[in-house]
Amino acid sequence: MDPLRQSPSPSSSRASSPRTFSCERLGYVGIEAVLDQLKIKAMKMGFEFNIMVVGQSGLGKSTMVNTLFKSKIWKSTMPGLRVPMPQTLQLHSVTHVIEENGVKLKLTVTDTPGFGDQINNDKCWDPVLGYINEQYERYLQEEILITRQRHIPDTRVHCCVYFVPPTGHCLRPLDLEFLQRLCRAVNVVPVIARADSLTIEEREAFRHRIQDDLKTHSIEVYPQKSFDEDINDKILNSKIRERIPFAVVGADREHMVNGRCVLGRKTKWGIIEVENMAHCEFPLLRDLLIRSHLQDLKDITHNVHYENYRIIRLKESHALPRGPGWVNLAPTQSPTPTGTRASPGPGKVCRWAEDDSDEDF
Amino acid sequence: MASEVARHLLFQSHITAKTAHTSSQVSDHEQKQKDSPRSLTMSGHVGFESLPDQLVNRSIQQGFCFNILCVGETGIGKSTLIDTLFNTNFEGHESSHFYPHVRLKAQMYELQESNVRLKLTIVNTVGFGDQINKEESYQPIVDYIDAQFEAYLQEELKIKRSLFNYHDSRVHVCLYFISPTGHSLKTLDLLTMKSLDSKVNIIPVIAKADAISKTELQKFKIKLMSELVSNGVQIYHFPTDDETIAKINASMNGHLPFAVVGSMDEVKVGNKMVKARQYPWGVVQVENENHCDFVKLREMLICTNMEDLRDQTHTRHYELYRRHKLEEMGFMDVGPENQPLSLQETYEAKRHEFYGERQRKEEEMKQLFVQRVKEKEAILKEAERELQAKFEHLKRVHQEEKLRLEEKRRLLEEEIMAFSKKKATSEIYQNQTFMTPGSNLRKDKDRKKEPSYRLELLCFDVRACETIGGRKDAEEGREGPRAPGRP
Repeated sequence: MDPLRQSPSPSSSRASSPRTFSCERLGYVGIEAVLDQLKIKAMKMGFEFNIMVVGQSGLGKSTMVNTLFKSKIWKSTMPGLRVPMPQTLQLHSVTHVIEENGVKLKLTVTDTPGFGDQINNDKCWDPVLGYINEQYERYLQEEILITRQRHIPDTRVHCCVYFVPPTGHCLRPLDLEFLQRLCRAVNVVPVIARADSLTIEEREAFRHRIQDDLKTHSIEVYPQKSFDEDINDKILNSKIRERIPFAVVGADREHMVNGRCVLGRKTKWGIIEVENMAHCEFPLLRDLLIRSHLQDLKDITHNVHYENYRIIRLKESHALPRGPGWVNLAPTQSPTPTGTRASPGPGKVCRWAEDDSDEDF
Repeated sequence: MASEVARHLLFQSHITAKTAHTSSQVSDHEQKQKDSPRSLTMSGHVGFESLPDQLVNRSIQQGFCFNILCVGETGIGKSTLIDTLFNTNFEGHESSHFYPHVRLKAQMYELQESNVRLKLTIVNTVGFGDQINKEESYQPIVDYIDAQFEAYLQEELKIKRSLFNYHDSRVHVCLYFISPTGHSLKTLDLLTMKSLDSKVNIIPVIAKADAISKTELQKFKIKLMSELVSNGVQIYHFPTDDETIAKINASMNGHLPFAVVGSMDEVKVGNKMVKARQYPWGVVQVENENHCDFVKLREMLICTNMEDLRDQTHTRHYELYRRHKLEEMGFMDVGPENQPLSLQETYEAKRHEFYGERQRKEEEMKQLFVQRVKEKEAILKEAERELQAKFEHLKRVHQEEKLRLEEKRRLLEEEIMAFSKKKATSEIYQNQTFMTPGSNLRKDKDRKKEPSYRLELLCFDVRACETIGGRKDAEEGREGPRAPGRP
């Protein structure tokens, strides 16, 4: 290499300190238009969203999904027509493309019939975790190919809605075990199902007890406190965190109330309106999942959960068999997630990774 | 059953056009998920139309980054054009023409327009086309682009990576400045563009376009494009697949390469101040579409296609680089028996290989070292032995010498004694001639004394004889009378 020749290393490209310029006073440049370009590109490509609903049968999971997306995603099971209960936990996924105002959304809903229905529910979370890890594995395999696709199909579970039965007391051991394991791998949003069986006071008490339980067992549900990036996020998210878990009621039938057609459940003592904030908190759940935090859910899944999976997988790849279905994500497993959890960190990705042990090629 | 029918009817009254679709969808409920997804219609407003806005908000939070590489001869107007494009005075000084090699100089700026933050990196070639021998001119540029790809690849391949807040330094667009000769492309230009076209999006521009007249410009553009096409240089064409921008992009594609004029000076034209260059024969306005294509360039580069440029860089050029690099390292997607290989396995295999190699080398070095040490030891021992031998030898010699000398001394002493005896005898002999008989008595008495005495007597006698007062001394001698001489 000729010593006189100075081919700049990448570091020299950041040699000079950035100077800030404001273009406004000098005239129009047009950098803003990049936002429109982004929008156009996004609309063309469409969005993907994968949601998983977990809970015992009869808690209204299918109805809830139907209500969320206002369409018949699932055929909700009626008592008489119910198929015989599956003996083991199976996962059942359905994909639909829905469109609204030019925005296409490819929605995948995964249901877990048979969860918690057996007499012995030990390790009933294993198939669920296995499914989640299988999706990560699929994405990872696509990502490390030499010739990879332009757009890797994203089947990773972005959000898992956990239905807590409305006992009114506290979280059951099954719930705790499941939540502990799942929070490490995916964004979990717990909801109180069939909230119409609780009065408002019972609801609040139940909610507080659940929140205490979650805190005692250090289960971080979405929106995770440690991922709040700036003060706006913190304010917004702490409002949400106060109300978690939402008490929801699902309904896909419409009734006439005061001359309006509303979705609701008709009972002898009144009609419970699903979209009425005074009756239940379904609008909050819908807003969280779809209207305001959908992109955030996807981001956290991609930047944090997937990266964690990737780290573990790549580090132990010589010990593990190649392939999907790696399931052993027990609470006390690897030091990486649990060890550095306590300390809050600045950026989202830095959060769960320890420093200074990255391996280069 | 009745409730089921009722519910079905109720639902039907609200769906828009796809009754058949819904019922078929209900019956298809048991189908496997591998089928292509079906479309659903919703019975109300769900609200995910805000998704693009969510995406945009996140991008605003993150900020954008854009990297421009300007390649052109010194003094062709690269810095001025960039200044004019972004409406800011970036750099100060002009560069000299006397650099021995081509270098690249990168500077980063942060621009903000309303709520959009842009991290702009401008990379300029310094000394391009100035050398007498221009064979190596384009190599630094290619190296720089590769280095940025390499840095990104390294980050992507790390185990603990943070692509989320990685500052992307890959070059998104290369503005190639063609000097306005009016004839054709220079060889250097052709060569450089050919070596860059698979690595970066190239947008050729005709610099200092106020030096060409309109008709000449037309001919020049046609000539340039035909030369580029005939030499197989792939320049960046604005994308025409999206309807909203297809038309304008297509028309702009016809205007390539853009003939631009850059200027940050303001001149009063009419009643407003515009950016322009003032000549004695007129004013060339930068933002006047009749005068030059600057506005077109700005619109294409920034307003319409910035995102596409970044996308192309990431999905096409970077992937190409990545594929080549990984294949070079020996990774493949498909193994020898057409079994899909995982990158991980290959990587592990390579790592073992590498470690094995390293172990071997270490062993070798160790052996070599031990051997050398042994050799040295042997040599030293040898030397020591030799030294010892010499020492012994010397010592022996020394001893022998000593013995010999002793021997000699003894001999000498004996000789001396013998000589002195002889001398004494002869003296006695001499003395006996004038010695008295009276002394014989004494002699006899003394004879009975020890014989060793006798020798000494002799000596004294001799002494007595030597002195003049011989007799007296002899009588006074402690030994008494003289002994007779020898028989």
